[in-house]
Amino acid sequence: MRLGEKAGLQPARQMRDVFGDALLDLCRKNEKVVVLDGDLCSTTKTLRVREEFPERFFNIGIAESNMISIAAGLASCGLIPFASSLAGFILANGYDQLRISVALAGLNVKIVGSHGGITLGKDGPTAMAIEDFALVGGLPTFTILVPSDPATLYKAVHAAAGHVGPVYLRSSREAMPHIYPMDNCPFQIGRANVVRQGRDLTIVGCGIMVAAALDAAAMLVEEGIEARVLDMHTLRPLDRDAIVAAARETGAMVTAEEHLLYGGMGSNIARVVAETHPVPMRFVGLADTYTDSGEAEDLLEKYSLTANDIVQAAREIKRNT
Amino acid sequence: MSQTLDVLALKELARDLRLDVLEMTTRAASGHVSSSYSCVEILTALYFGGVLRTRADQPHWPERDRVFLSKGHAAPIFYAVLARAGYFGRDELWGLRTVNRRAEGHPVQDRLPGVEMTSGSLGKGISVALGHVLAGRLNGLDYRCYVLLGDGECQEGQVWEAAMAAAHFQADNLIAIVDYNKFQESGPISREMELEPFVDKWRAFGWHVEEIDGHDFAAIIGTLQAVQEVRGQPSVIIAHTVKGRPVSFVEADYRFHGKALKPEQAEKAREEILCA
Repeated sequence: MRLGEKAGLQPARQMRDVFGDALLDLCRKNEKVVVLDGDLCSTTKTLRVREEFPERFFNIGIAESNMISIAAGLASCGLIPFASSLAGFILANGYDQLRISVALAGLNVKIVGSHGGITLGKDGPTAMAIEDFALVGGLPTFTILVPSDPATLYKAVHAAAGHVGPVYLRSSREAMPHIYPMDNCPFQIGRANVVRQGRDLTIVGCGIMVAAALDAAAMLVEEGIEARVLDMHTLRPLDRDAIVAAARETGAMVTAEEHLLYGGMGSNIARVVAETHPVPMRFVGLADTYTDSGEAEDLLEKYSLTANDIVQAAREIKRNT
Repeated sequence: MSQTLDVLALKELARDLRLDVLEMTTRAASGHVSSSYSCVEILTALYFGGVLRTRADQPHWPERDRVFLSKGHAAPIFYAVLARAGYFGRDELWGLRTVNRRAEGHPVQDRLPGVEMTSGSLGKGISVALGHVLAGRLNGLDYRCYVLLGDGECQEGQVWEAAMAAAHFQADNLIAIVDYNKFQESGPISREMELEPFVDKWRAFGWHVEEIDGHDFAAIIGTLQAVQEVRGQPSVIIAHTVKGRPVSFVEADYRFHGKALKPEQAEKAREEILCA
């Protein structure tokens, strides 16, 4: 089954392709935006900015630590640097610099982690980012955005530039089906989108798992369960109101993310639920493990990140409540 | 711009700044005295020797020259210099390393006016300065960026990533100064992790290199002015210094790194500073 098929979602281009266009569009609109690259502009599609705005594009070479601190300097002079590389490289290699040069003073630096999660697939676990939410979660002052489709990615790139302060934007290599029309997508930092109404339980997803959540909701209808689906496109600040309302109104919650369960979105949502309106919860995400290399679809299947896994978690909750 | 002082006045100021550092760190019972003392003349020359174009009452003046303290543990002397230059009141100095005060143990950007960069995990200064250089080109401003590094700090890989990039971008308005006092926390640099051939390393990375006595005001100021004429490559000034100068018992024992002096030691140090 194609991702989003059960929910009737239309297929889309690769997310990296959308990102390249969104960033180019942003550069055309905002002359303060500059782009820093860790020698992966062909892969992440920031090449389009290099071609049109060579003076605002800097390949810093394969030196992410240096790139982050340079971005801090640019931001201190009033520019809006977007530093981009693979999510797995930019945070891990540049973490000390993110902490010291950027986060401590809350500088206006935008970090784009492309190829997030495991769906980059064939390059294997060394190139994957399964811990990026946890890493950036350890940096106070950072806003964390995780778009779920082309429209939210486009909005997130522009919202990141408009927000004053450090932002981490996780994008992906692979395609995610259209969840919103390109010309009509609500996107406000810190406000989750309810993409499906329901009263029997809530599925909270981010990134590619929003489409999987909508597929799961469609499958659950056949079992008489009406699931609410939240697109948690901002992991920090978390939309506490949406989480509390979901807990109170639907009485059960499943979270789904393309990230380790340890230190991921689900545990942060669980903290809000536990503090406000405790309800039974289940967590779909990557168990404490690294993955194989392979096709994205095969990896999602093997490591239990599919609509079926969300359905199973939902069934388990409903059976026990 | 700060008042430009002659060498005699600079020497007197350097003496007073050393006493400030002594007072700050002894009150706090904490702080890096010896690492501050090796770079007193370098910072004093920068701020009071007619080198910098700055406005203390406008710390974010876009055209200002920038100073980046990459060796963040020299915070005591840095704060003492900034206070004398008029960036903030001297009362801030006595809040060093104290809760609810602004003189953090290592500098945090903009926590105090004039602090351009957060440091205290080492290795960041040249990178951040290069960001300012690249921004200056886009913003059409021709300020200079000065970075003060420690010698042990040059063991950090990021220093050399940044050195490569600064040469690549032909950042001739970027001037690094290495406070080469020959000691790191655990002992002599040559024993712990050798930097030599140090000059050759910088040259190999594409830098213009000068070597000076880092306590000689005339040499520091003369060299800082001379490297302003270098075109097409960044400059580094290897400043040979003495850690703890001029306090004899601190100079003689590297284990004073990171330690404040006890009150009785501080009194002895004070006498030596006044006699030096």
